[in-house]
Amino acid sequence: MTVQPPVAAPAIVPPAAKLRAKGVNFYYGSFKALHDISLEFPANQVTALIGPSGCGKSTFLRSLNRISETVSGTRIEGEITLDGEDVLKMDVTSLRRRVGMVFQRPNPFPKTIFENVAYGIRVNGLAKRSEVADVVEKSLRGAALWDEVRDKLNTSALALSGGQQQRLCIARGLAVGPEVLLLDEPCSALDPIATAKIEDLLVALRSQCTIVIVTHNMQQAARVADHTGFFLLGRLIEHDRTDVIFRNPSKKETEDYITGRFG
Amino acid sequence: MASAAATTPIPGKSGVSSLSRRLRSGDEVAWLIVILFALSVLLITAVLVAELWVGSAAARHKFGFGFITSRVWNPVTDEYGAWPFLYGTVVTSVIALVISVPIGVGAAVFLSELAGGRLSDALTFLVELLAAVPSVIYGLMAIFTIVPAMRMYIGPGLKAAFGFLPIFQGPVYGVGYLTASLVLSIMIFPYIISVSREALLAVPREQREAALAVGATKWETTWQIVIPYARLGIIGSVFLAFSRALGETMAVTMVIGNDMTVHTSLLASGNTIAAVLANEFNEAIGAIHPAALIELGLVLFFLTLIINGMARLLILVTTGKGAHHG
Amino acid sequence: MTFRNLRRKALNNVMLSITGIFALMTVSSLFLILAYLVYNGGRSIDLDFFTELPKSTGEVGGGMANAILGSAEIVGFAALIGLPIGFFTGVYLAEWGGATFSFLVRYMADLLNGVPSVVIGICTWTIVVRPMHTASGIAGGIALSLMLIPIMAKNTEQFLREVPRTLREGALALGAARWQTIATVVVPAARKGIMTGAILGIARIAGESAPLLFTSLNNQFWSNPFHEPTASLPVMIYTHAIAPFDDWHRQAWAAGLVLLVLVLAANIAARWIMSRGHAAVRG
Repeated sequence: MTVQPPVAAPAIVPPAAKLRAKGVNFYYGSFKALHDISLEFPANQVTALIGPSGCGKSTFLRSLNRISETVSGTRIEGEITLDGEDVLKMDVTSLRRRVGMVFQRPNPFPKTIFENVAYGIRVNGLAKRSEVADVVEKSLRGAALWDEVRDKLNTSALALSGGQQQRLCIARGLAVGPEVLLLDEPCSALDPIATAKIEDLLVALRSQCTIVIVTHNMQQAARVADHTGFFLLGRLIEHDRTDVIFRNPSKKETEDYITGRFG
Repeated sequence: MASAAATTPIPGKSGVSSLSRRLRSGDEVAWLIVILFALSVLLITAVLVAELWVGSAAARHKFGFGFITSRVWNPVTDEYGAWPFLYGTVVTSVIALVISVPIGVGAAVFLSELAGGRLSDALTFLVELLAAVPSVIYGLMAIFTIVPAMRMYIGPGLKAAFGFLPIFQGPVYGVGYLTASLVLSIMIFPYIISVSREALLAVPREQREAALAVGATKWETTWQIVIPYARLGIIGSVFLAFSRALGETMAVTMVIGNDMTVHTSLLASGNTIAAVLANEFNEAIGAIHPAALIELGLVLFFLTLIINGMARLLILVTTGKGAHHG
Repeated sequence: MTFRNLRRKALNNVMLSITGIFALMTVSSLFLILAYLVYNGGRSIDLDFFTELPKSTGEVGGGMANAILGSAEIVGFAALIGLPIGFFTGVYLAEWGGATFSFLVRYMADLLNGVPSVVIGICTWTIVVRPMHTASGIAGGIALSLMLIPIMAKNTEQFLREVPRTLREGALALGAARWQTIATVVVPAARKGIMTGAILGIARIAGESAPLLFTSLNNQFWSNPFHEPTASLPVMIYTHAIAPFDDWHRQAWAAGLVLLVLVLAANIAARWIMSRGHAAVRG
C-alpha cells in the first residue's frame, strides 16, 4: 500500500532550480534511450526518479555528472544547466566536484577509511595538509558514520559492513563539498536497517546540498523525496511534488505504476 | 551384467553384449594410457634435472660454492667460475626490465584505459605477435641495426653526456651489455604488456567511476586507483618477463660480444650464462670443462625456476582476487 | 579554472598521450622487423633459395634447401613425439586427475615450460647425443618435443576444461563410457582450441635454435636425420648472421624472412580459427 504523506498547503513558492534539464536526448550508439527529458531539480530538496527497470532513470542520472561518458558510443543532446551554467560544455572534472555521485553497490577504494574520504580532497587540492583530517571528520559526521569509525580510521574500508561502506561512499562524496549529490539506487544492496539509516541521512543532507535519488522502491521515494519524477521507456511521464504524484497523478501510466498494476 | 544380457536377447546380436562389456572396461585402458603419458612428463622432468645434477658433478665437487663467485674461466688450466656470466645475465636482464617496464606498462595502460575494445584487441594481438618472433631473428635484426646504431650514435652519445659515470666509459664496439639489454627489452615487451593489460582490465569499473565521480582526472584515476589495484598482476608480468630475459640465448649471444671478464661499463662486451653455453658447449672437451658448463646450466635453471615460480604465484593471486571481487 | 586544475588537466593530457606513444612504439617494432626482413630478405628470395644447397664459404649464390627440409624433419619428429604426450597428459589433467598426482604433473609441466631452451638442449645432448655418439635430426626433434609437451598439455587441459559439464553428463546419461564420452564428445567440442594450441606450439618450436645447437648441429649438405647432423633454418640463420661474408648475410636475411613468414602465418591462422570457432558457438 502506498504511504500517504500529508497534503501540503497550497500556493507555495517553489524553490529555485539548482539543476535543470531541458529537452535531453540520450543515445547508446544509435539506440535512443532518453526522449526529450525536461526536469528541474529544486535547490536543497530531494528529488526522486522512479520507474520500472530499464526505463532510463539511471541513464538520465549518469548524464547529469557525465559519468556516462566513460562508456564509448554514448551521446547527450539537449541542455543541462547547473546554476545556469551549461553542464555539457563545462570542464568535466570541475563538474564532478560540484555534482557528486554515490553508486548502486558500495565501491570504496581498497584503502583505509581515512584515505577513502580524503581522496577527493587531496586530488582536487581542496584543503591544506593540516586541514584534511578536519574535513574527513566533518564528512564522516555528515554521513552519520563518524561515531562508528572514529577509532579505526586507519583500518581497511573493506572491513566495514555493506551499509557502513555505502555511508563511507557518501562521506567520500561529501568531502569535496558538492552542490548536488546524485544517488543511483544507493540502498538496493543493503538490508532494511542500513536502508533506513541512509534514508534519514538523505533527508538531513538537504541543508547541505541538492539531492537526486534514483530508486525502484516507491515507498522509499514517498518517504524521503520532496519531488518525484516518473520515467517510463525513456520518457519522463510526469513530475511534481511527491504527495501529488502519489495521491493525485495526472497521467494514467503514473497511476498504473503507483498502484502496482505493472512494474 | 551377465544377467542384463540374458534378459534382453537381441536376435542376431548375441555378441554385442559381451563387446559392450569389454568396452566398458575400456575406461580402465583409457585411464592407463593417459596416466602413462602423464607419468612420462614427470619422468622427463626428473631425468632432466638429474642429468643437470649428475653432469655437473665433476665441476661441483671441484669448485664447490666458490663456483658462483669465481671470476676465472680458463679451459687451459681447467679453472672455472660463474661470476662473469651471472653478472652479465643479471645485468642485461635488469636493464632490459628498466627500459621495458615503464614503456610496457604505459602501453598496457593505453590498451586498457584508452583504446576501445576492438582497437585494443587488435593492437594487443600485434604486440603478442612480437612474442612469436624467433630469437635468432631478433639477433639478426640487432646485428645489423642496433649494433651499428650503438657504435655510431648511442654509445658515443651516452659517453658524451654521461661519460663521468663508470658505466658509460671505455671503447664502444657496438656489441656489449647495453646492446644486449636493448634487444632483450624489445623481446620482453609482449610479456609485460599482455599480462599487465589483463590485470588492468580486471579492475572493476566501479573503482574508476568512484574516483572520476569526485572529480579526479582520467590520469589521476589511472595512476592513483587503477594501477595500484592491479599492481600484483603487473608485478607478476615483470617477473615473467625477467625469467624470459634470463634464459634468452640466441639474440643475446649474437650481440653481447662474448667477453669472459666482468666489466663495469655497459658499453663493454660481456657474456651471459646462456651465451657462453651456446658458444662453448660443442667444443668443450675433457672432464671438467663440460661439467662446468653443465653446472652453469644448473645455476640458470634454478634462477629461472625461482623467478618463474614467483611470477606465477603473483598472477595466480590476481586472477583469484579478480574472481573474488567479481 | 584555477592554476592547479589547469596543471592537472595538462598533466592528464601529457601522460595519456605518452601511453599512446608507448603503445605505438611497441606495435611498430613488429612492423619494423617485418619491413627489414622483407627489404633485405626479399631481394634474395628466389627459386635457388628453395632448391639449392649452400655453396662453400666465400662463394656467392646457393640456397638453403637442406635447411628447409631439415627443419621440416626436425619439427616433424618433435610434433610426432610431443603432440601425443602433451595431448594425453592434458586429457589426464582435465578429465581424471587425483588431487596430488595431477598437482605434481601440472607443476612438473610448468617447470618444464620454464626451463630455458639452451638448458633443454644441453640435457638432450647428455641423454641422446652422447650415447649415440653423433648429432642427429632426431636428437633435435627430441629436444624440441620437450618444449612442445608442456605447451600442448597446458593448452589441451585448458580447452577441455572449458567444455560445459552438461555436455559430458548428456553423453554419460545415454550410457556412454567415460572414455567414449571424452573421445567422442568432449575432445571434439574442444578441438578448435586444441588444434590452435598445437599450431602455435609448433610455430614456437620451429623458430628455436638454441636446443638445436647441441643436438642436430648444422650441415651444409643433405643428410640422414636419423644419424647425421641436420641443417635447420634457425641454426643456418645464426651461423650465417655471425659470419663475415656479405653473401652469407644476404642468405641469413632470406632465411629469416621465410622463417618469420611461416611463424607469423601460423599465428594468424591460429587466431583466425579461434575467432571463427567462437562465432559459430554464439550462433
